[in-house]
Amino acid sequence: MTLTTRMRRATVPAVLAAGALAMAGCAGAGGGGGGTGDGGDGPVELTLATVNNPQMKDMEELKGEFEESHPDITVNFVQMEENDLRDAVTKDIATGGGQYDIVTIGSYEVPIWAENEWLADLTEPLSSDAEYDVDDLFAPVKDVVSVDDRLYAVPFYGESSMLMYNEEILDEAGITLSENPTWDEVAEAAREVHSDDVTGICLRGKPGWGELFAPLTTVVQTFGGTWFDADWNAHVNDPEFREAVQFYVDLVEDAGPADPVSTGFTECLNTMTQGKAAMWVDATVAAGMLEDPEASEVAGKMGYAHAPVKETEESGWLWSWNLAIPQTTQNQDAAIEFVKWATSKEYHQLVGEELGWTRVPPGARQSTYEIPEYVEAAESFAPITQDIMLAVNPTQPGLYEQSWTGIQYVTIPEFQDLGNQVSQDLSDVFAGRSELGPVLDRGQQLAQEAGDAQ
Amino acid sequence: MTTGRRGLAISRALLWPALIVAILLTQIPLVATLYYSFQEWNLLRPGQRGFVGFDNYVKVLSDGSFLSSLGNTVVVTGSAVVGATLLGLLFAVLLDRKFLGQSVARTLMITPFLVMPAAAALIWKWSILDFTYGMANWGLSLVGLPPVAWNTDLPAATVIMVLIWQYTPFAMLILLAGLQSQSREVLEAASVDGAGPLRTFTSMTLPHLRQYVEITVLLATILLLQVFDPVAIMTNGTGGSKTLSYLLYERAFIGLEVGEAAAYGVMTVIVTIIVATVALRTLFKVFSEEGLMNR
Repeated sequence: MTLTTRMRRATVPAVLAAGALAMAGCAGAGGGGGGTGDGGDGPVELTLATVNNPQMKDMEELKGEFEESHPDITVNFVQMEENDLRDAVTKDIATGGGQYDIVTIGSYEVPIWAENEWLADLTEPLSSDAEYDVDDLFAPVKDVVSVDDRLYAVPFYGESSMLMYNEEILDEAGITLSENPTWDEVAEAAREVHSDDVTGICLRGKPGWGELFAPLTTVVQTFGGTWFDADWNAHVNDPEFREAVQFYVDLVEDAGPADPVSTGFTECLNTMTQGKAAMWVDATVAAGMLEDPEASEVAGKMGYAHAPVKETEESGWLWSWNLAIPQTTQNQDAAIEFVKWATSKEYHQLVGEELGWTRVPPGARQSTYEIPEYVEAAESFAPITQDIMLAVNPTQPGLYEQSWTGIQYVTIPEFQDLGNQVSQDLSDVFAGRSELGPVLDRGQQLAQEAGDAQ
Repeated sequence: MTTGRRGLAISRALLWPALIVAILLTQIPLVATLYYSFQEWNLLRPGQRGFVGFDNYVKVLSDGSFLSSLGNTVVVTGSAVVGATLLGLLFAVLLDRKFLGQSVARTLMITPFLVMPAAAALIWKWSILDFTYGMANWGLSLVGLPPVAWNTDLPAATVIMVLIWQYTPFAMLILLAGLQSQSREVLEAASVDGAGPLRTFTSMTLPHLRQYVEITVLLATILLLQVFDPVAIMTNGTGGSKTLSYLLYERAFIGLEVGEAAAYGVMTVIVTIIVATVALRTLFKVFSEEGLMNR
C-alpha cells in the first residue's frame, strides 16, 4: 500500500497515459479534502478520517448540527477500523498525501507525529477562546497529547483502566474488595472463585502492543519494572519485569480465560456480560457497555474499583482518541472550527439530549461529570472513572523516571513493533511452549535495539 | 502479400497500448520494491531516510524470523495442500456416483470455497473454535474429551484446519472433473477383465487423475502461499503460524519499516521462484514416472 501510494505520485504521467481507470481508482478517496480553496471564503469541504468506534459514529450522526451553524462548511466522514485507520493516516501524512483535514489518532501517536511536525499546533486557537475552556479537559489526558506544553491534538474521549467485578459472584464466595485493591488480593479472590463455569479474572492474552501489553505494562509498572529508564536503557529482563509477567501468566493459567491467546477486549466483554467471569481489569469505557441492560446480563450487578496495585499508588492506564489536524490540510481554519465544536461542552450537551446521556464521550471534560443528567445515567461508574482519570500520572506511572509521557506504551516509533513481537513470544509462554526467561532475554535485546535508536 | 504485412503491422501496433499497460502495471511495482529495499525508511522517522545498500537484506538473513517464517509457510501450505487434495479426492470419488440429491450435495460441498476468507476465519474463530461456545469443543465433550484451547495450544493446526476446510472443495472440483472425463468403456473393460473396484481405482483411475492432481497441487500451492486472513484474524502469527505473508505484513504495517519490508518481499519472491521451479518440477517427475510405469 505504501509502495503504491508513493508510486502513484512518481508515475502520474505514466499512469495517465496508460489508462484513466487506474487513476480514477486512486484519486477517488482523496477528492474531498484537497482542492477547495484557502479556508474562509467559499464553501469548504472537510474530510475527516476516524476510527469506527460508537462515539465517532455519534459524531457523524450529529455533524448536521455543525453544518447548520456553519453553512459554508461540510464534513465528510471516512470511517475505518482502528488498524486500517492507523495505516491509512500514517501513510497519507508520512508521504504528504494531504487527503485528510482532520484525523482521529490515539494518544500513542500524538507525540511521535508532533515531533515529525505532521500536526498543527492547536494551543493558540484553543486557549484564546475562553468559552471553549481548554482547562476543563482532564489534565492527564491533556498531558499525553502535548509536547513541551504545546497541544497537538484534542481528546475526544479518554479512558483509564479499572477493576470491574460481578458482585453476585464475589458475594456468594464471601469476598469483598476495597476501592483500591492490591494485585495479591485480586489474584487470591480470582483463584478462589474460579471454576469450570466461571472465569476468575478475565485478562487479555491476545498478542499486540495494544492488546496484551496494555494491561501487562501497567502490571509491570506497578511491580516496579519498566520497558526503559530515562536514558533509554532497556529493562525487560530485570527481576521486576520478570516477576510481573510471571505473576500475570500464572494468574491467567490458574484463574484466567481458558484460551488466553484468543482473548482481547471484545472477548472479555462477551464473557463478562454473560456473567461467565467474576472480575475483569480493562478499559473504563467497558463499564458503560456492562451497564447497558439491553446488551448485558450483568447490568446493575457490577462493582468497580481502581486498577489493582502492588508497589505504586495507582495502576490505571491512559488512552484517548483525539482529533488532530494534519499540517498538510488546506483548510486549517475550518478544521479548527470543527474540532472545537466536536470537543466542546455544547457538543456533550447535544449528545446527551439527542442520543442519550450514556453516549456522551467519557473521560475528556471534567465538566461532563457535573452534568446532573449524565451523573444520574452513569451513577455506578462515572464518579470512579473521573476519580481514576484524575489520579493517574502519565509522566511517571511506575517507579522509574521516564523520558516520555504515557503509561501503557512508550512513545517511540519502534514500540508497536517491539510490543507486538514480545507479546507474540509470550503466547508461547501462555501455551507452555517456551520458558519466560529466554523470551524476556530476547525482548531485552529487541528493546535495547529500539532504545539505542533514540 | 503487402496488405497482409501491413495488416500484421497494424495488428501489432494495436497491441502496443495493452502491452505497455501490462508492462507498467507489472514491472513498476517490482522496480519500486527493489528501490525501497535498498532504503532505510521507517514511516514514523521521515528525517532518517536514505540509501543503505544491502543492510536490509543482511537484516533479513541474519534475523531468525525470515527462516522460521519460511519453515512455517512450508508446513502450513504443505499440510493444507496435502490435506485438501486427499479429502478432495475422497469427496470427488463419493460424488462421482449417481445418488438422489447429487447436485444438491455437490453445491453444498462447494460452499466453503465461496465464503470470503476473512468471513471464514471469523466463523471458525467465533462459532467453531471458541473455547466456551465453539462447536469443536462441544463435539469433543459429546465423546467425553476435554475441551481444547485451540488458538493458544495449537495455533498452526487451527490455521491448517481452516485452510483445508476452505480448499477441499477446490481440489474436489478439479478432481471431480478428472473423474468424469474418464472413459466408461475403459472401466467396463477393466471390470470384464476381473478387476475389483479397488484394483480399478489404483491401476486405472489414479493414473488417469495424475495430471488433475498435479494441477490441483500447483494451483492450491500458489493460492495458499499467499494466505493471510486466518493468521491475522485467528492466531496473530503466534506459535508456528507466522507465514511469510504475515511476516511481511508485520514488517510493513506494524513495524512501519518500508525498506525492510521491501527486502522481505524481494526475498520472498526469490524463494517462491526457487520453490516453484525446483520443488514442483521434482514433484511432477515423481508423478509422471508413476504414470509411465502404470501405462
